[in-house]
Parts: sequence; structure tokens; C-alpha cells
Amino acid sequence: MAKWFKWEKSKEKELKEKELMDNNSDAAAEVELPTEQDRSEDEALIIEVSENNQSDKKQGFFDRLKSGLKKTRDSITNKIDQVLVSFGKIDEDLFEELEEVLIMSDMGIETSLEIISELRETVKRDKITDTDGVRKAIMEIISSKLEDENTELRISTNPSVIVVIGVNGVGKTTSIGKIANLLKQQGKKVVVAAADTFRAAAIDQLEIWTKRAGVQLIKHTEGADPSAVIYDAIQHCKSKDCDVLICDTAGRLHTKKNLMEELKKIFRIIQRELPDADVETLLVLDATTGQNAVSQAKTFSEVSQLTGIVLTKLDGTAKGGIVVSIKNEFNVPVKFIGVGEQMEDLQPFEPKEFVKALFDN
Amino acid sequence: MVFEGLSEKLQNVMKKIRGSARVTEKDVKEMMREIKLALLEADVNFKVVKDFIKSVSERAVGQDVLESLTPGQQVVKIVHEELINLMGSVPSKLTFSPAPPTVYMMVGLQGSGKTTTSGKLANMLRKNGKRPLLVACDVYRPAAVKQLQVVGGQLDIPVFEMGTDRDPVEIAQKAIEHAKSMQFDMVIIDTAGRLHVDEELMDELKRIKAAVRPQEILLVVDAMTGQDAVNVAGSFNEKLGIDGIVLTKLDGDTRGGAALSTRAVTGKPIKLVGLGEKLNDLETFYPDRMASRILGMGDVLSLIEKAQAAFDEKKALEMEKKMRTATFTLDDFLEQMQQIKKMGPLNQVLAMIPGMNSKALKGIDVDEKQFARIGAIIQSMTIQERNNPNILNASRRQRIAKGSGTTVTEVNRLLKQFEDMKKLMKRFSSGKANKLLKGMGGFRGPF
Repeated sequence: MAKWFKWEKSKEKELKEKELMDNNSDAAAEVELPTEQDRSEDEALIIEVSENNQSDKKQGFFDRLKSGLKKTRDSITNKIDQVLVSFGKIDEDLFEELEEVLIMSDMGIETSLEIISELRETVKRDKITDTDGVRKAIMEIISSKLEDENTELRISTNPSVIVVIGVNGVGKTTSIGKIANLLKQQGKKVVVAAADTFRAAAIDQLEIWTKRAGVQLIKHTEGADPSAVIYDAIQHCKSKDCDVLICDTAGRLHTKKNLMEELKKIFRIIQRELPDADVETLLVLDATTGQNAVSQAKTFSEVSQLTGIVLTKLDGTAKGGIVVSIKNEFNVPVKFIGVGEQMEDLQPFEPKEFVKALFDN
Repeated sequence: MVFEGLSEKLQNVMKKIRGSARVTEKDVKEMMREIKLALLEADVNFKVVKDFIKSVSERAVGQDVLESLTPGQQVVKIVHEELINLMGSVPSKLTFSPAPPTVYMMVGLQGSGKTTTSGKLANMLRKNGKRPLLVACDVYRPAAVKQLQVVGGQLDIPVFEMGTDRDPVEIAQKAIEHAKSMQFDMVIIDTAGRLHVDEELMDELKRIKAAVRPQEILLVVDAMTGQDAVNVAGSFNEKLGIDGIVLTKLDGDTRGGAALSTRAVTGKPIKLVGLGEKLNDLETFYPDRMASRILGMGDVLSLIEKAQAAFDEKKALEMEKKMRTATFTLDDFLEQMQQIKKMGPLNQVLAMIPGMNSKALKGIDVDEKQFARIGAIIQSMTIQERNNPNILNASRRQRIAKGSGTTVTEVNRLLKQFEDMKKLMKRFSSGKANKLLKGMGGFRGPF
């Protein structure tokens, strides 16, 4: 319900602004959206226009699209580009279309409305009159939302702990393999605790990853108490003077109360055994996930304060707009992105670069 | 909750036009905006929403306002019906090959739940008297073969594997030969998770398809998938040609708009839904229930069906008679509780009641152990006490508390609850039931 009220509010706000901006708002609302056919005609026009006027700019932009995050970049900027070019002047339809683009990237309605509402303000305040200016403005708004000072892992104590949590099938175990490898290469002594004792063969999967990365694995058997595994791993870290302990946990739907309690217990053990240690709680999110990711972030943060997000599977066509939504609502920064199945396909998330790549013009 | 919100908002839109005889185009437009937002919030793809809204608008315009006291609900009803239409109005079943073995091929993105679903499907088929064979064709992900073996072991269903050094196409072929010679009539091929844009791996699927000619290719889709669901389902269908969709992880709190998106983009039916970690948590897909879920209306039909499956009809009749004649005893109470328990985990049952969605449930701590305690208390009573709780004096109550390992307070609480329930039943039988039900939940559905 609360969410709906919020919507209502933001919508009211929006409506007021609409009235302020456009005295003929009623008339504007009556105008039909362009049909598909109209649009393709528009697009044909665009091509001509861009050839005439904007060819340099467009060329430069597309040239700079590189590998890695290409898909994400393509889908968001391309569409924003399309929209912006298809509307020569700034009107209600433009804002509406932009809003659609944001929603299509899984950014969520609330965040999308907020961004559009900010965009309206900016456009009004800065007296922006051309679509190019609108484009710059929306980029700035989104990048400002994504930026964060804490995108590095905070693992300064010896040992430090990284707990990796998330729902089923998002790529926790794979991400751990990659993170372990990354830290090992930085010269850290890494231990991994196989606390996913539930899923069939999860321990075996982790074992293969840790062997690949060349780090130590502490494991029990399937069905063992995950907290006991964590406890043993902590003792091992203490006695062997390790730098980082990475804890794998079983995938759990955030709606399963008992499993969330189990997770709480894991955190209690860590708190008790290593009270002064840096603890990173990384929530792994699948980039293809829609609005439910918000619910996941919310519920998991009730168990332990999330310190970072690992956004996986960005190598598909998923748009990753959910990053903005999560950052916006919970202020949890993205720390890593997963872009493939190889050991090195995990990249530290660099907001500036990410945004620059997204919106560089 | 969202449904209530939606219904309310539509009602507000309608209030403004009270007095006019018809729903005008403008009113519909305003209402459609609300519906659009609700569907988007449920992760239905934007383009699908747009098309959908278009067809609903057409139906809604010109509806008589006076005809119904709650036009907002009327519109929701239309939306509900259209959602069902779009998702294929009747449940779609798996098909079998006339020449066994019937081969099913499970495909999908990484982490969508193919291996678990393969196990569940095998289990389901065996329950229907089939002899399934599981085939491990995921040679890429570490320990994927082992995972299927463990699942197969838990179910006691054989798993065909050839390690991870062979070509999946060869494994699939050999598996079919094996199935034929060993008289397996069902073969379920678990393939590796892959991205729909990975041409090389998509090509591998094509080769497996050509080699084994599966009866059905089932695309496994995570119900939590967002806007991207159309791209995934669309390209799997284009490149490979799928026959059906399995929606997994529906036991979470996602609204599951992906169901609508995938169906709309492929035109292929959703055949099964995965509802949990247990290997029997696989169910037939019912479009009407999914429509309710997407709109946040609760899953009344599933609840009814679960109740029907768990309740013994004869016993239910007896119970009903007892309720009517108010001769309901503590023994009956116990029995009733056990039957509710048979319907599944209590929170799952509760979650299906409209208006009781996850948000509402979050505050409620469903304590399964409480059931066991109540059972212990009642079982610690003599038959005489159970039939006539009025004779329970202080010393009897103390004895019962001791016997059941509880406290007198708990015994008292139970007796109080029992008394309340009896009172409730009297009201039921005196025809006040409807009023009562209205008071119980904020459900204002279109049924």
C-alpha cells in the first residue's frame, strides 16, 4: 500500500508540474500516442535528419560502443537516442517516451518517474530547449544516482569476511570463484567456506572453482549445519592467519522465513567469532531479474546490512536498469559485475566508467 | 494489496464521472494508465502491456456505468478475463510421443532451474506410472552432472551421464539408445544453461534437437525475470522452436509478469510451474490463477483445490453436520487442524488467501510448532474431557499442561479459542456467515 501512496504522490507532483509547464495539459493528454506506423515513418525521417545534421555526433557515439557492456549500453542509450531524435522539440510525448525507455530497462516505475520528474525540473530550471540538452540532462541525473564512493571491497582487517547471499540461481557460487581468484591475484590469502549445504552438488561446484582459483576450501557434507561450516572456517582463518574468508550460502528465496533465520545465525556466528573484522555482505542479483530484485534487496538487508551488490549475467540482453533502482532506494552500491562464465569475467564496478560508457556522447 | 489499490484507484476515476451514463474514452484512458502501471510493476513487458491495454480499452469503452454498482471492479474483471485469454484460457498439458520413449528437452538461461525442474518433472511422470530417465547433458558448469545425479539419487530415478568430456549431442543420442534398450518410456534431457545470444551454444541445442527429435522442448524461465523475458523467450523460440514454458521460483513474492510476456512473445503455452525446493513442488499451470496473481488477487482456486485434495469428503460432511448441530468437540477440532496441515505449509496456504499476500503476511509469524502443541494438549485429555471441556477444572488443566509439556496458560488459551470457534459456528449456522466473511478480509474481488 505504501508504495501506491508514494506513486500517487509522485504522480500528483508530476501532474502539477505538467500543469505548470503546459497550460494546455488537457489538450496534450488528449493527443494520441503515435502509432507503430507513425513511428516507423518518424524513424525514416530521423535517419535523414541525422544524416544531415547530426551525422558527426551519431557516428562518434556509435564508434565508442565497445565490448563488455555493449548490450546494456546499446539497449539504454540506443533507445534514448532514438526517442530523442524522433522528437524534435520538447513536449509531453517526449517525457512519456523517455519514461517508457527507463521502464523497459527494468529501472522500475518509481525510479523512472522520479528521474523523469527530475528531468522536468532540470529542463525548466536550465531552460533547456533542444533534445540534445535533454539527453545530457537525463544522463547526468542517472549517473548522479549511480555514483558512490564505496565501490571497493572493504577488507582491511585480517581476517576480513565476505558473505555472499542471494536467491536461487543468480550465480553466487560462480561469483565467489571469480572473487576468490581476483583477491588471490592481489596477493591475499583466501579461504572459502562452503556453507551451501543444501543444494545438490553445490559443494562440488565450489570445490572446482576454488581449485581453479587455487584457494583453500573449508567444507562439510551436504545437509550439514551451514553455521558450523562458517565456524570451522573462521577457526581455520584465525589459526592459519588468512586474509579473507569468503562464505558461500545456499540460494534462498527471501520469502522463506526459516531460511532467512538460518542466514541470521551465520551472521551471529561471524559477529561473535570475529567482532572486529570487516564484513562485506554482498547480495548477488541476476541482471535479468525485474522488480522483484527490489523486494530481494529489502528483505536481505533486514538480515544484515548489505554493503554491496554483485550484478551478474550482464552479458545477455538484460538491461541492468535495476542497478539504478536498487541504488536509488537502498543506497547499496554495485561492487562487481559479472559478464561471462570465465574466471576473469568479473569486473569491479566502476560507476563513473559505467555511466560514461552508457552516456558518452 | 496491489489489487485493492488498483480497484480503489479505478473507483476514484469513476467517482468523477458519476452521473454520466457511460464510460467514456477519456475515463477509460485514465483507468488504463492505472492498469498499465500495475502490470508494469508486475514485470510484464512494456510492449506486451501496450498491446494488452489496447485490447482492454476496446472492450471497456461503452460499458454501462449503471449496469454495475462498481464499474472500477467491472474494468478489473475485464482485465482479468483478458489476461486469462492471453495466457491461453485452459491449462496446457504435456504431450506424449506415440512411439516411446517420449523425449523432453529442458533449455534455458543459467540459473533458471533446469536441473531441479528436470528432477521434479521426472518425479511427476513417475507418479503417473511412467518410467523416466534423466540425462545429464550439461558438461560445462562445474558439478552440474553431479547435481543431477544427486537429484536422481534422492528420487531413485536413474541418471544417464557420460562425464564432461563428451559432446552433449553424443550423450543425448546414447541416452536415447540406452532408454530404448532398457525400456524407459520417458527421457528428460537436462541441457546446460546458456545465453540466448550465445550462437555457439544455441547451435549445440539445435544439433541435440536434430539428433534426438524431442517430443517437446521446454523453456525454463525464472518467474522473477523482468523486461528481458521477451528477448530470452523470443530468441529461444526463434532459434530453436520451443513447445512449452516452465515457470520456476513462483514460490517467491514475484508477481510473475514474465508469464504474460513469454506467452505473448512466443505464443507457446506455459505448461508447468515450479513452486519450491522440494522435488514434488511442480504443478500444472492455470492461466486464471496466474492472472489473479499478476493482478494481486490471491490464488483462491489453488486454495480450494488444495483443500479438496487434502480433505476427506466424507469426513467433511460429518464435520459440517457437527458444526450445524453444534456438537463439535475438541477431537473434531484436532482432526480439522490436521487436515489443514495436510494442505501444505501453513504460510503457503495463507498466502493463497486473497488480501493475504506476502506483504500482509510478513508481520504474521506462522508457527507450525503451535499446531503440534495444540495437538499435544488435546491428546493429553481424556475422551470425556475432549467431549465435554466444561469439566476441566484447575487440577485437570494442570495435569494436561504437564502431560503435554505446555503451561496452564496455553491450555486455557486453547480452550478459549475453541469456545470462540464454537460461537463462530453458531453464527455460521444461523445464517450470519456472509456478514462474517465480509468482516474477515478486505477482499472485494470480481467473482
